[in-house]
Amino acid sequence: MTRILQHLATAGGCGALLALLSVRAFSQLEPVKIGALFAVTGPAAFLGAPEAKTARMVVEQLNAAGGVAGRRLELVLKDTGGSPEKAVSFAKQLIDEDRVLAIIGPSTSGETMQIKALCEENKMILISCAAAEVIVKPVAKYVFKVPQKDSQAVTWIYRTMKDKGIGSIAVLSSNDGFGAAGKKQLEDMAGEAGIKIVADEVYDRQATDLSDIVTKVKSTPGVQAVVNWSIVPAQSIVAKNMRQLGLEVPLFQSHGFANPKYLQQAGLAAEGTLFPAGRLMIVDDLPDDHPQKRVLAAYKRDYEAAYHEGVSTFGGHAYDALMIVAEGLRRAGGPDRDKVRDAIENLKGFVGTDGIFNYSATDHTGLDLDAFEMLIVKQGKFTSYKKQ
Amino acid sequence: MTGASLALQYLLSGVTKGSVYAAVAIGFNLIYSATGVLNLAQGEFVMLGGMVAVSLAHYVALPVAVTGAVVIVALLGCLLEILFFRGLRRHSVLHLIIITIGLSIVMQEAALHLWDEKVRSLPYFTGNEVSSLHFLGAAISPQVVWVLGTVGATVLALQGFLQFTLPGRAMRACSSNPEAAMLAGINLRNMRTLSFGLSAALGALAGCVISPITMTHYEMGTPLAIKGFAAAILGGLGNPMAAVLGGLLVGVVEAASVSRLPAAYNDVAAFVILLLVLFVRPRGLFGPRQCGTVGEG
Amino acid sequence: MPRMNRIRCALPAALFALAATGVQLAMRATGTDYCLTQLTMALYYALVALGLCLVMGYAGQVSLGHGAFFALGGYTSAILTTHDLSWLGPGGAVPWLKAAGLLAARQDLYGNRLLTVSPWAAFLAAMLLGAAVACLIGYPALRLRGHYLALATLAFGVIVNKLLLASSLAGAADGINGVPEWRLLAGLTVCGKGPARASNYYLACGLVLLTLLALRNLVHSRVGRALQAIRDGETSAAALGIDTARYKLKAFVLSALLAAMAGVFFTHYTGGIGPSEAGALKSVRYVALVAAGGLANLWGVALMSTALNYASLRGWFGTYDNAVFGALLILLVSLAPQGPLTPLGGWLRRLARRAGWKPQPRARLAGTAAAQSGADPAPHLRIEGRPGHGAA
Repeated sequence: MTRILQHLATAGGCGALLALLSVRAFSQLEPVKIGALFAVTGPAAFLGAPEAKTARMVVEQLNAAGGVAGRRLELVLKDTGGSPEKAVSFAKQLIDEDRVLAIIGPSTSGETMQIKALCEENKMILISCAAAEVIVKPVAKYVFKVPQKDSQAVTWIYRTMKDKGIGSIAVLSSNDGFGAAGKKQLEDMAGEAGIKIVADEVYDRQATDLSDIVTKVKSTPGVQAVVNWSIVPAQSIVAKNMRQLGLEVPLFQSHGFANPKYLQQAGLAAEGTLFPAGRLMIVDDLPDDHPQKRVLAAYKRDYEAAYHEGVSTFGGHAYDALMIVAEGLRRAGGPDRDKVRDAIENLKGFVGTDGIFNYSATDHTGLDLDAFEMLIVKQGKFTSYKKQ
Repeated sequence: MTGASLALQYLLSGVTKGSVYAAVAIGFNLIYSATGVLNLAQGEFVMLGGMVAVSLAHYVALPVAVTGAVVIVALLGCLLEILFFRGLRRHSVLHLIIITIGLSIVMQEAALHLWDEKVRSLPYFTGNEVSSLHFLGAAISPQVVWVLGTVGATVLALQGFLQFTLPGRAMRACSSNPEAAMLAGINLRNMRTLSFGLSAALGALAGCVISPITMTHYEMGTPLAIKGFAAAILGGLGNPMAAVLGGLLVGVVEAASVSRLPAAYNDVAAFVILLLVLFVRPRGLFGPRQCGTVGEG
Repeated sequence: MPRMNRIRCALPAALFALAATGVQLAMRATGTDYCLTQLTMALYYALVALGLCLVMGYAGQVSLGHGAFFALGGYTSAILTTHDLSWLGPGGAVPWLKAAGLLAARQDLYGNRLLTVSPWAAFLAAMLLGAAVACLIGYPALRLRGHYLALATLAFGVIVNKLLLASSLAGAADGINGVPEWRLLAGLTVCGKGPARASNYYLACGLVLLTLLALRNLVHSRVGRALQAIRDGETSAAALGIDTARYKLKAFVLSALLAAMAGVFFTHYTGGIGPSEAGALKSVRYVALVAAGGLANLWGVALMSTALNYASLRGWFGTYDNAVFGALLILLVSLAPQGPLTPLGGWLRRLARRAGWKPQPRARLAGTAAAQSGADPAPHLRIEGRPGHGAA
């Protein structure tokens, strides 16, 4: 008999507690859910890992400051591992089950394209952290992106080449999405810029050594500069192989080179490398009245303090995406998706780590050429490249 | 560049890559010879050797770091064998191979979470990122000489071990006739553990010496394992020298294909050549007879 | 066949159908319909695993490149149904082809008019290509044994993967997206849209069930016994007069067709495909799923494959997805090499016996658990008309 009473008492106690808790929950406003799809592990981890860390840090900061529009933010983060089917599966989860306000990410263009139609059909705001032009061209109402355009990076590279009197080049790129996107822009824009591509090679992103490709470039006549579009380890390997094999022409890298660690790995071989980058790498050299200085310095300080590792421009994409959603939420006054979307589309002069954003109904990239600066490696450090 | 020095340069770059593959193939070959198991986690031993050495190199001198890494990974190899393979009796070789696949996945993920996704490398053993050795108009990094030297020394040491020492001869006995070896009093299970440990040590050493060339990162194990596997099979399983030659051949084929075709197809070319060799000569180029077609279980 | 055996044969199929319906109704009741998406995707992956089970478990041939067939099927139908053929112009053979159902006109998301190959025609093309490639690769490769065959199939997978990455027609690293929906019959369309979830789920279940039944019949037939004879000892099988090359090739091609079919349906369901589907990691995953299911255990493979892929697609394993997968693989293969269903079945039978159920002497269904343990090989010959079993 006592046994039964004990059970009843426990059940009653639990029930009361539950009732109490649910009453408390209902009396607060529900937090606003923001979905995030990043490739934290897998072949795109160099993108997704800093993005995920940044997203968590930013959400914590915003909540500590009292939330946005009076509501707490809740980050629903999913690791896609860089695989498109997971991106699709998780996107559907975020849309149908978690019913998030907006999705930030994915990290790669391939994944973004797989879910672009899905998000547009379901009227889900998507702020992609991938750079391919096709993400926003043709423009889909609900799909935006934050990274600078690859074409802008290429414009800077070609301009610098013209300054230096370089007319024919070799293009090396990796066979992943990052490399393929860069290669396409380099090829498309070469004619207009008056640059001739005399060698155009694609290599495996996990290649252990690239001296055979450098040999091929060396044996091609008329190569005045080499453009390499990949990320580590290949970008360090190319630089080293070039110097080891005695190919002394200038080396241009993509904006993926913008990380002091990559500089360290390429060591002496990186001396004189030119590349376009967002200003995060040279924030210390910026004048105090530069519009981006405050945001960049704060992001760098907070990220390095929180994670004890160097800040990455890719992580900056997640910062911008989240801040843009927060700003949209603030201006809309509440998590009404259409209002937030309209607010985002009308953002002007919004200062982010990637640049200053000006969205419009026809431009869902928001950044112009000024988002990049040309950097050069001098004496083992990144410095701004001044036209000689 | 003159035609001859160009060809030589391609050859040298083929040798650069091939030496990396050869270093991995030796470990494959050793475990296969001793136990009949294809250890598809061999690439992860290579990766771990590099990762551990890079971490140790922050605190101690380079040679100590390399030695430490080799010892640690060797012990890990023995531990893995004891944990996962000792107790298995009624499992076929296919099951064991699948377990090595599982191990390679787990080791890769463990490395990702223990370290992180960033790329790292050991400093060059001699020289630096831009130094190179020149002959006859072609250049090669001094580190490649280190890799080739290490591979050569390893093969010699391995042959010496297998021919002239008691544990080595016991290992050969186990691989050629397990039942007879058991009757002769050789502890098969310890031999298997020893072969895993030794193979892990070789892999770790390879990982350290190739680190300045290829850079070390958590994902490097799988493609190396595939290429090393291909090199070992191409050369012919059962013979460490054949594994080395197989590795060098794969590297040179890749470099040759880059010279003629777009570089995007160099992996394809290497594997197509591999397939053709297998179809024509299933036991590999230098493999023992009776391997590869009907007759082996 | 005696009645008891007929029931026993029909039982797993009935259970499967019941479980499938039950799951869907339970999801509808709890409002978790969206889980059907991941379940459907997992079921399509299970088709590949089932084909691989035939090749690995019953014919004893290791294939480390089966993801390539899935990718071939998926990419063929994706490329054909997204590549715009409007440049052919309105005249010539075009209206004739449209009427025959080989070409289809549609609008894409941005309102552009497209003329592409119709999904049915693309499906047929994918099947033909899959079969052709399987014959081409299988004929020489299946003459190899053991590790050499493993490497040959691995090399094949790598070649397909790298070719896809190098090909701008296949979208290089980004893959293909915007694959249209596929209208099978009135009311049954393969697409990822919300309202079609339940019908797509039942379609996938139906395909898996049909495959299971077809494979099971194959395994219990003469062909199946020949395959097992080959698995257990190729020389002895050849000595008995079995045309080992032909049987192995047939099994290989059948499994490739299953994988390609799964690829086509999957691509239309998710609307796209990427080159990672042909990668070594995916192919190894299929092998792992077959091993986890018990190598020669069709139901076990279907179950484990669906369960593990579902968990992975739901994100249950978070950033540890691959690690959990590897760990599960190690555990399952070490502890339950015949697959988890066998010890489970044994445990249930013990329970039933304790409850007083007296089992009939079990008709030996060749190819189940016993074969894997090596302790009790399945008979290569079966002599009819005598009491007990005929031994080899």
